[in-house]
Order: sequence, then C-alpha cells, then structure tokens
Amino acid sequence: MLLRGVALLAGCYIIGQIIGESLGHYLGINNNVGGVGFAMLLLIIAQNELEKRDLFHVEMGEGVMFWSKMYIPVIVAMSSIQNVRVAFNNGFLALLAGILPVAICLIFMPILSKSKNN
Amino acid sequence: MEYIIELLDKNGLIVAFLVTGIMVYFSEGISVKLTNKKLPGSAIAIFMGLVIAYLGGILTEGKSGIADIPGLTGFKVMGGPMFRDFAIVSTAMGASFAVIKKTGSVGILSLFLGVIFSFIAGVGIAYAFGITDVESLTTIGAGACTFVVGPVTGTAVGASSDIIAISIAAGVVKSILVTIGTPFIAPYIGLNNPKSAMIFGGLMGTTSGTAAGLAATDPKLVPYGAMTATFYTGLGCLMCPSVLYLALKAIL
Repeated sequence: MLLRGVALLAGCYIIGQIIGESLGHYLGINNNVGGVGFAMLLLIIAQNELEKRDLFHVEMGEGVMFWSKMYIPVIVAMSSIQNVRVAFNNGFLALLAGILPVAICLIFMPILSKSKNN
Repeated sequence: MEYIIELLDKNGLIVAFLVTGIMVYFSEGISVKLTNKKLPGSAIAIFMGLVIAYLGGILTEGKSGIADIPGLTGFKVMGGPMFRDFAIVSTAMGASFAVIKKTGSVGILSLFLGVIFSFIAGVGIAYAFGITDVESLTTIGAGACTFVVGPVTGTAVGASSDIIAISIAAGVVKSILVTIGTPFIAPYIGLNNPKSAMIFGGLMGTTSGTAAGLAATDPKLVPYGAMTATFYTGLGCLMCPSVLYLALKAIL
C-alpha cells in the first residue's frame, strides 16, 4: 500500500513532466513548460477521484506524505549546490526582488478584502 | 583518508541526507533559541544552505557550491532537479477542489494577482539591474514568487546556476520579510478574519512565511492563510515557465 502511494506520485510526476516537455517541444522552445505544475494538478485530481471511489488507502497517503516532508530538506540541499559565489555580487538584487513583490501585493489586500465573496 | 572520501562519494546520497539532517537540526535550534520561533527553521536552513554553497564556491572555485568538495558530491543528487520536483509535487497531496471552491473567487483572484504581480516586480528589478536575457529575467521573476518557483522555473527554461541562486535568495528574503512583517502590518490591512487571511495567503504565497507570520498575528488564522498559500507554489510552477515566460519572450 505504501509503495502504491509512491507509485501514484511517480506516475503523476512522469506524466506531468511529459506534458511539460511535449508542450515545450511543440511550442518550439525546447524547455519544460510547467511540468511540475501539471504533475501537481494530476496528483490532486487522482487523489480526489480515488477518494470519491473509496480507493484511497491511508497508507497510500503516507507514501506520498514522506516525500512531502522531505520537501524542505531537499530544498536546503538544492540551495547548497548553487553557484552562490558568483550570485553574491548580485545580493542587493536578490534583496530587492524579495521585498518589492511583498510591498506591491500588499496594495491589493484592502481592495480584495472589501469585495463581496461570492 | 583517500579511501574514506571515496567511500563517502560512493554513498553520496546517504551522506547528503546526513549532512542536511544536521543542518536542519541546527536551524531548528537557532529558530527556537535565538529568534523565539519568530524566524521559521526552514528559512534559516535554506539560508544556511546558501552560505555553505558560498563557502564551497570560495574553497574550490567551482560552480556547484558544496557539491564540489570531495566527499560531498552526493548533494548534487539530493538537491538536483529530480528529487526536488518529486518532493514539490508531493506537497499537492491533501489539496481538494472542494476547499478551493470554499475559498471563493476572491481567494482564487488573490492567487493569480499574487503570482503575476510578484513576477512582474521581480522581472522589473532584475531588468533595472541590467539583466536582459529572457531566461534569467523569468527565473528571478519566479524567485520573487517563492524560493521554490524560482529554481523550478530556472531549470525548466535553462537559466544558469548563479541566476538560480539569486532567485532562491529573493524567495528566502520574501519568506523572512512576510514572517517578521505580518504581525506589524496586520492592523493596517484588516488582517483579522478568515477571509482576509485567505486573501493574504494567496497574495503572498510563501507557505512557511505566511504560516509563521499569521501564527505570530493570530494562530486562529493560520489554516486559512496556509490553505491558499499552498496553491501558490503550484500555480507559480505552472505559470512562470509557461504563460509568463512566453509573454515575457513576446514582449522583449
């Protein structure tokens, strides 16, 4: 059951990546276009459909949850292998690129909060 | 000594698990003891990763950060695109369309506005700093969304590692800013009910930052903000290397 969960995740991952690669191929840009996003969508759909049919076993979820919990450690490892020595010269750019989006998005906050939720 | 390094490299992935585990352990400790949980351990750990990558680069003059140090080459596997994308996809588990519908159109609108305007802001700043190639601009714009969307997009469009590093750093800055700033700004933006928390999560994304910031504001708001924020990374990974990249390519 545990492996079935991992296999479900792997299946969604591969199909999503194939969609992303194919899309990039046919758009003529030789890049992966949103493969990870498609894979996430597929996983959500697959889980919801399986649950509807009562086929989603708890242990299957645990197989996926393990990877979900490995997410931050993997991101930490990914940060550790970047070319930070060269990027360091652009530290100020990174700082601004982190701050400005927050400031801009905050402007929308009062506008959206006032709107009616329908 | 030689044979030990050889052994470590042969078992590279396991060594990377161990070293990353130690790093995460220490950052949790720093988070609790030095910042009273004000800064999330995850943000500290990622920052620590960037610092270590910098040190690795200085020591070896290589391009792959810590992975250039003999004995630590396994980091290339653990931190490589395959494991990263696999782990990111898994976080979509538990999301349900019923919940998205409950959030309402305002929550969905906030998600799109959050991703698009963060992207534009990031691209604008990168452009102002003299970066002109579409791939690098897209990657930094994506990094302005979250520290995950940046590298995923960077790998997809084929950006260089130093640009990807900048995008991660931008995402980490954003995460820390949201974490620290949320309690201070909350009274001014009406962040005191579930609906506004959902909008806030959608606009800011950065799940760890939003969750930690809301926890410091009002713990009751955390699940609402986190709910929309979890969709942000998925939407970012979907839009940045596709629609937004192509749009930028068409403009420039």
